[in-house]
Amino acid sequence: MKILVCVKQVPNTNEVKINPKTGTLIRDGVESILNPDDDNALEAALRIKDAKEGTTVTVISMGPPQAAEVLRECLAKGADDGILLSSRAFGGADTWATSNTIAGAIKKIGGYDLIFAGRQAIDGDTAQVGPQIAERLGIPQVTYVEEVLKWDDKTLTVKRQLEDGYEIIEIPMPCLLTAVKELNIPRYMSVKGIYEAYEKEITVWNEHDILVKLDEIGINASPTKVFRSFTPEPKGKGMLIEGTPKEAAGKVVEELKKKHIL
Amino acid sequence: MAVLISKDKCKGCSLCVKACPFSAIDMVEKKAVLNDKCTMCGTCVEACKFGAITKEEEEKGADLSAYQDVWVFAEQRAGVITPVVFELLGKGRGLASDIGGVNLCAVLLGENLGNMTAQLFEAGADIVYTAESSLLANYTSDGYTKVISEAINEFKPEIVLYGATHIGRDLAPRIAARVNTGLTADCTKLEIDPDTKGILQTRPAFGGNLMATIKCPDHRPQMSTVRPGVMEKAPAVKGRTGKVIPVTLNLQESDIRTKVLEIVKTAKDLVSLTDAEIIVSGGAGLGDASGFELIRKFADKVGGVVGASRAAVDSGWIDHSHQVGQTGTTVKPKIYIACGISGAIQHLAGMQTSDVIIAINKNPMAPIFDVADYGIAGDLYQVIPELMEAWG
Repeated sequence: MKILVCVKQVPNTNEVKINPKTGTLIRDGVESILNPDDDNALEAALRIKDAKEGTTVTVISMGPPQAAEVLRECLAKGADDGILLSSRAFGGADTWATSNTIAGAIKKIGGYDLIFAGRQAIDGDTAQVGPQIAERLGIPQVTYVEEVLKWDDKTLTVKRQLEDGYEIIEIPMPCLLTAVKELNIPRYMSVKGIYEAYEKEITVWNEHDILVKLDEIGINASPTKVFRSFTPEPKGKGMLIEGTPKEAAGKVVEELKKKHIL
Repeated sequence: MAVLISKDKCKGCSLCVKACPFSAIDMVEKKAVLNDKCTMCGTCVEACKFGAITKEEEEKGADLSAYQDVWVFAEQRAGVITPVVFELLGKGRGLASDIGGVNLCAVLLGENLGNMTAQLFEAGADIVYTAESSLLANYTSDGYTKVISEAINEFKPEIVLYGATHIGRDLAPRIAARVNTGLTADCTKLEIDPDTKGILQTRPAFGGNLMATIKCPDHRPQMSTVRPGVMEKAPAVKGRTGKVIPVTLNLQESDIRTKVLEIVKTAKDLVSLTDAEIIVSGGAGLGDASGFELIRKFADKVGGVVGASRAAVDSGWIDHSHQVGQTGTTVKPKIYIACGISGAIQHLAGMQTSDVIIAINKNPMAPIFDVADYGIAGDLYQVIPELMEAWG
């Protein structure tokens, strides 16, 4: 089986802080990581590879040259090869243009059975690129996959997470699945894997290497434009109630009653 | 937009095959045929000496004025309209009147639509576009994408809003790619630019650290997904009616490639989290899973429902359906009580618009106190029983 995994290098947004004086983001010193949902996507692919001989796993990412780091991390976990889509022409793309670019690379690769992607990336949280790649390729999708129940050469049966439960869906290959964190616990890189990952070449493709129209990539082709961005206003600080637990509890309830909230 | 090869004019010379940069043209029975590698670049149009290849150009700077009306995707599951739809209709009404002279419409797909159209009219829809078919009984990406994309092309709405539910977030991106327009995810604020009458969509990014306002200037419809619990529903007007317009339905069984084998409901209190007037949430400060017993008792006492921080969910103490925050549910109850939650920015993003926030935390420096109206720095195991007592 030929499996492709779409991954993204993201800043660890849990570490992003706001400069309280200027109200701007402090991004210095924030590490770049493999997007968490994409790690689950890779793990799902590697489990199929472990179970079925002759399976290959190719990881694809779009990003600046340093995004090759996350591809190496994926190789060190067991992926067979990595392709980085990197060019100034791809820059500033929204999800529409990003999915065109990645789908253009996947068309060039061809012959795949299964594509895994993370549900969403923690920097943008859109969850749009996966379904849009599937649409560009004309293949079916299941998003929010929390369990792969069974699979053979032609079909997968998966559990799709819903807010209040789940659904069981059968999907023919080739298809695209997006992973949520409940899908699995990703493996760590092995020492041997790390060593081998640095022996391998990461393939780098630009806009001329992939099957895409040049006016359908990058910032100019993006239907959505960022009009402005700003840091959210912090809510005004309230009162810290002093005293023993009994006194403090009494005071809070008293305040709520005074303001007719209770 | 498409590249077309006329079988009559094609002489089978193969010049286009050589010219194509993408190996997208094959010779089949001495005629050129496009395969799925075609990117519609148009190189073959120039290469053909016989005028056999033409390209239908997309109308550049397409006539945006042809697009009118505000649409809301009326998501329903097993005959019950998802609560966020009423919130979208509430917001959509405001957007439609800010644009002026346009209708607020709902798009309802399903098998037995029954009285759902009536509910949508009472909630503010002027028109309900319907698609009724046994093939639409359950949500499928393929079926719903096809029907709604075709309806968009047929009726040309200016704005389409979807709830940012697990269904809306599966469907909307696929439609955006098919009808070639922009989509802004998880919007928390929507307004009409008074100058251009275009929509301004504001959404959190970087885990809620940054807000961005997005426009979609040159493509229609302008589409957004909106988080449940963010917009205000409009009060229902009993007996209000409108026009039902069935869409042209072109759906075959073979269009739907996935098969839904089973739908299982597990969590019961999910819906109540967005609708709850009081939420009592527990976090890492509970120490272990048994801490949620106290949280549940407290919630029962005050007539609220149980929420949780990501840390508590990640520790496996409680199901993710209880999670409040950027990756969980956005809530704005009358009273939000955060117990043992330090207040990571992702959590704050999902609850800081609550009317009143009460925080209990051992650490008086915890960021949760920055958004709390009333903060108690102390041991939640001592404070909560006292609060239950004082609540009366």
